[in-house]
Amino acid sequence: MSNNVPADLRYTKSHEWVRRNSDGTATVGITDHAQHALGDIVFAETPEAGRTLAAGDACAVVESVKAASDVYSPLAGTVVAGNAALADAPEKINTDPYGDGWLWQLTPADAAAVDALLDAAGYQRVLAESAE
Amino acid sequence: MTQQTPLYAQHVALGARVVDFGGWDMPLHYGSQLDEHHAVRRAAGVFDVSHMRAVDMEGRDAAAFLGRLLANDVRRLKEPGKALYSCMLNEQGGVLDDLIVYFRSPGRYRVVVNAGTAVKDLAWIHAHAAAFEVSITARTDLAMVAVQGPDARTLTASLWDAAGASAALALEPFFATEWSGASGPFVARTGYTGEDGFEVMMPAGEIEGFWQRLLAAGVRPCGLGARDTLRLEAGMNLYGNDMDESTTPLESGLAWTVALDTPRDFIGRGALEAQRLAGVARRLVGLLLEERGVLRSHQSVHTPEGEGQTTSGTYSPTLERSIALARVPAAARDAFEVEIRGKRLRARVVRPPFVRHGKAVIAL
Repeated sequence: MSNNVPADLRYTKSHEWVRRNSDGTATVGITDHAQHALGDIVFAETPEAGRTLAAGDACAVVESVKAASDVYSPLAGTVVAGNAALADAPEKINTDPYGDGWLWQLTPADAAAVDALLDAAGYQRVLAESAE
Repeated sequence: MTQQTPLYAQHVALGARVVDFGGWDMPLHYGSQLDEHHAVRRAAGVFDVSHMRAVDMEGRDAAAFLGRLLANDVRRLKEPGKALYSCMLNEQGGVLDDLIVYFRSPGRYRVVVNAGTAVKDLAWIHAHAAAFEVSITARTDLAMVAVQGPDARTLTASLWDAAGASAALALEPFFATEWSGASGPFVARTGYTGEDGFEVMMPAGEIEGFWQRLLAAGVRPCGLGARDTLRLEAGMNLYGNDMDESTTPLESGLAWTVALDTPRDFIGRGALEAQRLAGVARRLVGLLLEERGVLRSHQSVHTPEGEGQTTSGTYSPTLERSIALARVPAAARDAFEVEIRGKRLRARVVRPPFVRHGKAVIAL
């Protein structure tokens, strides 16, 4: 089981990651564990720019050959952009979940909310518990 | 408590993602369902289908019994080895199961039924066999693999001696052969993928070695995930999804498997004739999604003639589009929309199969 958990990101128990960008925005995607569990991803639907999200909103969908899965917003905020490249290449979520496979970028309503998310060690513990 | 096939240890050793399928621990995939799908379309893949149940029916009345039991007519099987696809119906014409029956020799037939329905099927078969001189034997001693793909026949035959290989390679589509007495393999040129290939049955104790030799010959192990996308591309129904006891073959795209040309009194015939007389209100069609998205089972289908529902749906790896089977009002022809997460997306009605022998057979 692949469990790449970069130390510089924040995480949720529902397997999203958040990267804090230098311009004050944040980027969201699904973790390596999540993409592996879903299998070959063939379709992704990301939120449109300008949409206001509450934390926990099901705002994106990732579909593998097997099934559709909701992706929940880790943060409240306003969407800056969805990853348009996924329309033609949804498999980027499998091959580069923390890079080209990002799902959307948002401006957080509360910059400090990012710090309240799990750090890498905390997310590793979530994975370890779910494996038991 | 789930059951395991004789190949379970092989699946685990190959790192398979194992899921419960009809009460059996079966491999969903061995890493990538897409790669397994493409292997079958382009080269050769092998599926463990030992969860399916072979049932031998033998005796003076075997043909008469199957004539009563099945909607298709086993008397169409004139040559030994020939196979026939059929539904087994209840009195209401509902589909209890779909199956393949092989004519081995006069008075000897082998039927292969689905895993999830095997217990129910056997109870039904025994209940109706009493009036006939026929023995019913569930072959729990056999294991079965399906080797499918353009290279499947030659790679499989390479494992057999010259006589066995030439007998297998000489098979016409939908024929079976068997050799070296009771314990030799039973080899059929049948499958569930839309590709050429064999389905091979043999004693359970021999299947591990056979599996390993197939893999060594270059055949890729494939799981139930790829099996499902392959069968749907091939336009083949899945029991429990596309038809069940609440639907008749006439509503399931299977009218071609119902033999009404002779007065044979099979179970469910009266109900089917009444339905045909009254007019079949629903039919099963193929759908191609014309927008981005993925069709799945149980999505609402909107047509000018009324509502329907998808019964199976998937992303088609060969077409790189989304496809489905859907049960819709019989009069509906076009202007279909499928509802996905509250949005209506355009879909075009197409005649299955979608893919045959590695190629699209519908306009994209």
